[in-house]
Amino acid sequence: MHDAPSAKELIEAVKSFIDNTAAPQLTGHAAFHARVASNALGTVLRELEIRPAAEAAEKARLEALLGTSGGTANALNQKLCEEIRAGRMDLATEGLLSHLKSTTIAQLSVDQPGYSGLKTAAR
Amino acid sequence: MGTGNQIEKPLADWAAAHFGAGARLVALKRLSGGASQETWAFDVEAGGTSIPLILRRAPGGAAAPRASEAVTLATEAVLLAATGKAGVRVPEVLHVSPPGSELGEAFVMRRVSGETLGRKILRDEEFQLARTRLTKDCGEALARIHAVPAAGFETLPRSLGADQIAKYEAVYHSFNLPRPVLELAFAWLKAHAPEPATPVLVHGDFRLGNLIVDQNGLSAVLDWELAHIGDPREDIAWLCVNSWRFGHTEKRVGGFGDLSELLDAYAAAGGQRFTPAEIDWWEIMGSLKWGVMCMTMYGAYKTGADPSVERAAIGRRVSENEIDLINLFEGLGRHA
Repeated sequence: MHDAPSAKELIEAVKSFIDNTAAPQLTGHAAFHARVASNALGTVLRELEIRPAAEAAEKARLEALLGTSGGTANALNQKLCEEIRAGRMDLATEGLLSHLKSTTIAQLSVDQPGYSGLKTAAR
Repeated sequence: MGTGNQIEKPLADWAAAHFGAGARLVALKRLSGGASQETWAFDVEAGGTSIPLILRRAPGGAAAPRASEAVTLATEAVLLAATGKAGVRVPEVLHVSPPGSELGEAFVMRRVSGETLGRKILRDEEFQLARTRLTKDCGEALARIHAVPAAGFETLPRSLGADQIAKYEAVYHSFNLPRPVLELAFAWLKAHAPEPATPVLVHGDFRLGNLIVDQNGLSAVLDWELAHIGDPREDIAWLCVNSWRFGHTEKRVGGFGDLSELLDAYAAAGGQRFTPAEIDWWEIMGSLKWGVMCMTMYGAYKTGADPSVERAAIGRRVSENEIDLINLFEGLGRHA
């Protein structure tokens, strides 16, 4: 399969169309939704760039934390949730909070890189 | 959805009955926002003056089933009257229209001037003086709301801390999307639940966005739809949740004030004396609740109930609440 244009280029082209051509012609609710749509494409672009490495790092930390290997990040997160729910892991668990913090910082760098809580977390 | 034509005549009839035969209805306009209710702005010209008013009306005027915990418009009108009498700054209710009437289920209140947008209130020069007064104003308003005899509100939902954990945990599990941070927050809240406070009337959504602020400070408390009988610390902490600080994170109270000042003003106005540590539990509850609510709004997209890009995108805000929860957990560590 080819990638000319790549997914990134196609999304950038659509985002640019929304920002520079469509949005200026819209008013009220439609203008608001155009801005939301453009921001959503921004999220997708960041995800394409950040997710592969961030999810691999998350998976490695989850495996270390849970003492297992293999399985998807989703399955490992499911397992972590079960550990927490069963009371076998909590705030006192070595490495748990720092893992969750690293994961959430990576997630927010994709979802909402301008969010105020991200700056607080970095302090 | 109501149209101007549907409501103009019954509203004009009411205005004539209330303000005198010469009263004239002008500038009737549907305001945006408020998905569950219609909100209309209008003026009545009577006796040489213009009276700014608001109509709150059930969609289409019908007493449609509401979100389970939202109070009815009639209850909202009663709450405005009771809290106004208790000294809370709220819009005065002039008329309550029952379901089945020509106007439909609705009420009319005075339109209070001022700003509701959090970002403007926290940033604009015109609110500089207001910002220095808001913390005290909010502490007093909350103490007065919590002092309203709950005996008059038997029909309001009752929801204390344990009820809210159970409710939001069930909602969270229904999505079957593993979010370890939320999971940790539920577990922590259960393990550290405070003694329940004496239940009082709680506003339920007391934060910038639902408060009208003018240049002198708080001028009206709006949006009573989520009022319930609950723990007074819920309202105090909800005002502190980082989502409602609009970027002004360093000021724990709504992006404008310090918690100690709020708690002092609350106690000075007759409220119970709470400590910041007691507010932590409820702030964690608040951030968790808003995270689950964002998941719920995304759920409306996922099920096809609301195909808008806005509902889809809001699912990418849950991580905001997750970082807030992590920051709160780290704060607990520092103070321990």
